[in-house]
Amino acid sequence: MTLKKIAVPLLAMIVFLILWELLVWANGWPNYIMASPSDLPAAYARFWELFIVMGWQTLWRTVVGLLIAIAFGVAVGMIMGFSRTMRDALYPLLVGFNAIPKATVVPIVALLFVGAHDFNTILIAFMISFFPIAVSVSIGLSTLEPEYRDILRSLGASQATIFWKIALPKTLPEFFGALKVSVTLAFIGTNLMEIVSPHGRGLGALFDSGKTNSDYPLMFAVLIALAFLGIVLYYVVVALEKIFAGWAER
Amino acid sequence: MTDWLIDIKDVHHAYATDAGPLPVLNGLNASVPEGGFVAVVGPSGCGKSTLTRLIAGLMKPDTGEVWLHGERVKSPRSTVGMAFQNPVLLEWRTILKNVMLPLEIVPTKMTKAQQEERARHLLDLVGLKGFEDKRPSELSGGMRQRASLCRSLIHKPEVLILDEPFGALDAFTREDLWQTMHALKAEEPFTGVLITHDLREAIFLADQVVVLSGRPARTQYVMDIPRDGAPKIDDLYTAEAADRLNILRHQIEIAQGRAPAEDTVA
Ligand SMILES: Nc1ncnc2c1ncn2[C@@H]1O[C@H](COP(=O)(O)OP(=O)(O)OP(=O)(O)O)[C@@H](O)[C@H]1O
Ligand SMILES: [Mg+2]
Repeated sequence: MTLKKIAVPLLAMIVFLILWELLVWANGWPNYIMASPSDLPAAYARFWELFIVMGWQTLWRTVVGLLIAIAFGVAVGMIMGFSRTMRDALYPLLVGFNAIPKATVVPIVALLFVGAHDFNTILIAFMISFFPIAVSVSIGLSTLEPEYRDILRSLGASQATIFWKIALPKTLPEFFGALKVSVTLAFIGTNLMEIVSPHGRGLGALFDSGKTNSDYPLMFAVLIALAFLGIVLYYVVVALEKIFAGWAER
Repeated sequence: MTDWLIDIKDVHHAYATDAGPLPVLNGLNASVPEGGFVAVVGPSGCGKSTLTRLIAGLMKPDTGEVWLHGERVKSPRSTVGMAFQNPVLLEWRTILKNVMLPLEIVPTKMTKAQQEERARHLLDLVGLKGFEDKRPSELSGGMRQRASLCRSLIHKPEVLILDEPFGALDAFTREDLWQTMHALKAEEPFTGVLITHDLREAIFLADQVVVLSGRPARTQYVMDIPRDGAPKIDDLYTAEAADRLNILRHQIEIAQGRAPAEDTVA
């Protein structure tokens, strides 16, 4: 069973790589148009130290941005979930903010906090990823059927007790659904900053140096490394979901 | 003062809506003695659920008074148990933990072991022995409603408020649950208020049936049901029961405005 669970996606990945290789081979594309999987090991072997250092920089800044997004998103979601007035007041602001393409915010942030690379990157990762969390928590809380509330309220339970015993656990499945989206978004945010405002840190910077040196296999190797980090974080979230909201699975 | 456990005196209530105040209760009076079981029937939307929320202290009436056990109700109190049409069990808890939920809120003298024993006993009483460790999603609608009844009784409430608890169930399951209610009543000393749309359910379970008028609701008609001996479903098919059902049906038609009002002995 578990063997199958690992074998199936692994097999799918191998098939994908073979198809990719075949596609490049059949079209006779040279390296500077499209690298093939067989070019990648060489790229990794040559720059493995850089991949580890840069990969770690991308990873930790994404995770920190994401953690701040969770704290902020849950707080905003709670405020909007419990108060109708706050929901009416904050929703248009949030939607408007979310509608701004973050690529346009990157140069502004980079100018605003010149030299604070880590801070800037984390800020963008946070800004791009908190929205789904805030929305899911606020919807989860505001759509709680009144009977759920009444069951505890009729016994004299406080708002805080109702939140901990009912509202919070009931919102967890939606929260984790949003978190899966946010993980991906946070990566996009980190890399946007690393690529658009290059300061020699993170996989985004490595990608950029591949571009300036016309090292196409390196660029593709970075993409694959990013995908790998994304998959790892995604499955961390899935594991947490299993632990805290496994009951929602049918 | 009085020997009423629940005493509702001239209650008026209106909801604030976009179209202005919507009067829902209009001078409602009702009293239930200790150990009594009252069924409240009335047209849909007339204010029955509103009445339960007032008794439970979840809301305050605009004017009028609600008294429980000689105390004016101003806020929720732990001596009340509630169950609704929707069983609202918590999906992340087992049935046993769901039933024990009120004991996490209400102060109790029971030890943990006693609490669990009581929960298991109640589950046994309603026919859910062996389902203690199941999740709500693994139970049928009727079984969930049984668990919900156990939860509403676990903290030994003085007053049990049931808002159409069997409304969503099929006829056979409903009759089963009526028997279960009688079994619970025989063991647990509570005073009950049952909101229902089912007149047969009302006369089978209650010792008094209150008919509310259409919205805004006031007490339109009260019928006492004598209780003697063990209740059987067959009792619903006697001539006496048919008479009662006819009177009640007629009163509902008046409440709905489908039959002319006449002088009724309230
Ligand atoms: N929170 C609220 N705000 C505004 N109007 C409400 C609110 N709750 C109920 N009402 C209105 O008050 C009236 C009475 O509602 P209530 O739920 O008490 O009726 P009910 O007798 O329980 O109805 P049903 O038999 O369908 O359950 C209805 O017309 C309803 O639309
Ligand atoms: Mg109702």
